[in-house]
Amino acid sequence: MSEADTAWIETALTSARPQAVGALLRYFRDLDTAEEAFQNACLRALKTWPQNGPPRDPAAWLIMVGRNVAIDEVRRTRKQQPLPEDDQAISDLDDAEGALAERLDGSHYRDDILRLMFICCHPGLPATQQIALALRIVCGLTVKQIARAFLVSEAAMEQRITRAKAKVAEAGTPFETPGAVERSERLAVVAAMIYLIFNEGYSASGDTAEIRKPLCEEAIRLARLLLRLFQSEPEIMGLTALILLQHARSASRFAADGSLILLDDQDRSLWNGTMIAEGLALIDKAIRHRRSGPYQIQAAIAALHARASTPEETDWAQIDLLYGALEVVQPSPVVTLNRAVAVSKVRGPQAALDLIEPLAPKLANYFHFYGVRGAFLMQLGRNDEARIAFDRAIALANTSAEAAHIRMHLDRLIRDSQPKGANGGARQDAKVEGAKVK
Amino acid sequence: MLYAILCYHDEDFVGSWSKDQDETVMKKLAVVQEGLAKQGRLGPVARLLPTTAAATLRKEDPPLVLDGPYAETKEQLLGFYIVDCKNLDDALDVARDLGAANPGGAYEVRPVGVFSPGGNLK
Repeated sequence: MSEADTAWIETALTSARPQAVGALLRYFRDLDTAEEAFQNACLRALKTWPQNGPPRDPAAWLIMVGRNVAIDEVRRTRKQQPLPEDDQAISDLDDAEGALAERLDGSHYRDDILRLMFICCHPGLPATQQIALALRIVCGLTVKQIARAFLVSEAAMEQRITRAKAKVAEAGTPFETPGAVERSERLAVVAAMIYLIFNEGYSASGDTAEIRKPLCEEAIRLARLLLRLFQSEPEIMGLTALILLQHARSASRFAADGSLILLDDQDRSLWNGTMIAEGLALIDKAIRHRRSGPYQIQAAIAALHARASTPEETDWAQIDLLYGALEVVQPSPVVTLNRAVAVSKVRGPQAALDLIEPLAPKLANYFHFYGVRGAFLMQLGRNDEARIAFDRAIALANTSAEAAHIRMHLDRLIRDSQPKGANGGARQDAKVEGAKVK
Repeated sequence: MLYAILCYHDEDFVGSWSKDQDETVMKKLAVVQEGLAKQGRLGPVARLLPTTAAATLRKEDPPLVLDGPYAETKEQLLGFYIVDCKNLDDALDVARDLGAANPGGAYEVRPVGVFSPGGNLK
């Protein structure tokens, strides 16, 4: 048995995981038991699949074996305990597999996965715990992998996940099959969690971007899975399109030294054409539904950037309109700030500055506000004020890449403002990254 | 006789391949394709985007556009080949060769009634 052969088994186990853990959770109503049952089933699979070949339906096989192993465990430890119903111990796996697969009809599959994801994004948990729990339970990343992505110690991450699990168990999440209203509410929460996972990976700085890339990839995998379960939900199409279009640019977002490369300066030949094609196809499909929402609008903005083969071809007027629509459905100073970038391209830096000045009290501690403000001031030749804004941005930067980026503007400003003739002021070369996912 | 060889597989499974795993499969498939191409037997080859990017037009009056692939099955159509084969056995042999390079899933082999090579495509 070569390593290449077992790699396929691991892939099969990974892809079956959400469905299998979801079904085991419905049966045992306890995250730890479900997860342990799945792990035991995986161990059996690694032993038997290489000899017998993979089963026709790996997920059904894992659910059944996981259930049987866990029931045996219960029998051993609590002899008197009555067993859950529907626990016919099935010895001949091959015969039973087909029947079990039949019972796992589409709606069960969908609800199991949705319930599993929903439990992980319990509103009582802080966002970081929700993400960590989802990566552990739904995606099956190891604690070590998650700890690495979050740049914390393994012990700290273990503790974080344990705490999250305890809180979920305490809350006693209802396990009944969700109704239509409940399902659509859960869907929105689950979509938000996938968006959070993606952002966690996307907002990493240059030196950590490579480490956090798996978070983006898992978010894409989950979004695709969710979309497959809810094929006619335009917002799920929008979400999937959005993260695909953003992730398509990942190879061009950082320079070799880890510094951020802005949209206008990115090498567009490094953008992933396949991902862009999929993202564009999805947003086109979503728009046909005429039920726009924040993910679709953001995806439409990302699509306009993706469609431009050079920065000059970017349809900033359309992007301005889309941000206007986003301000209506999801009013936020950050959205207005992003809109200002489009406004500066369409109507100039003064109009953009007028738009963001009222945001100052709300964004007093937001790095991007001062970066964007400094850039507009610089374009207007108000260099002293620009310098103050950039200094403030550096002080508020979250990552070294962000700080380095602003410092670059500042250096240029200082260089350009040395007396060297009438036209010493910096010109239009201050750029800010538009349409940032945040 | 031309045969269409349709590639079916579980999207969950293929979707969870790493970039390396995916590239390994593609390289092995390319070897089979090269052999056929040298014999002048290989027509267009396509790999399709995930089924989530699909829409289905139902030919009702008026026509109805639905999201998703034509049918909900465990395995999805991921792409297809157009290969010149003498008969079904010959086409099955080609499918077997392709299958050896690409674990799991299935190929649907079906004679082609109308063929357009799409020579103007880029």
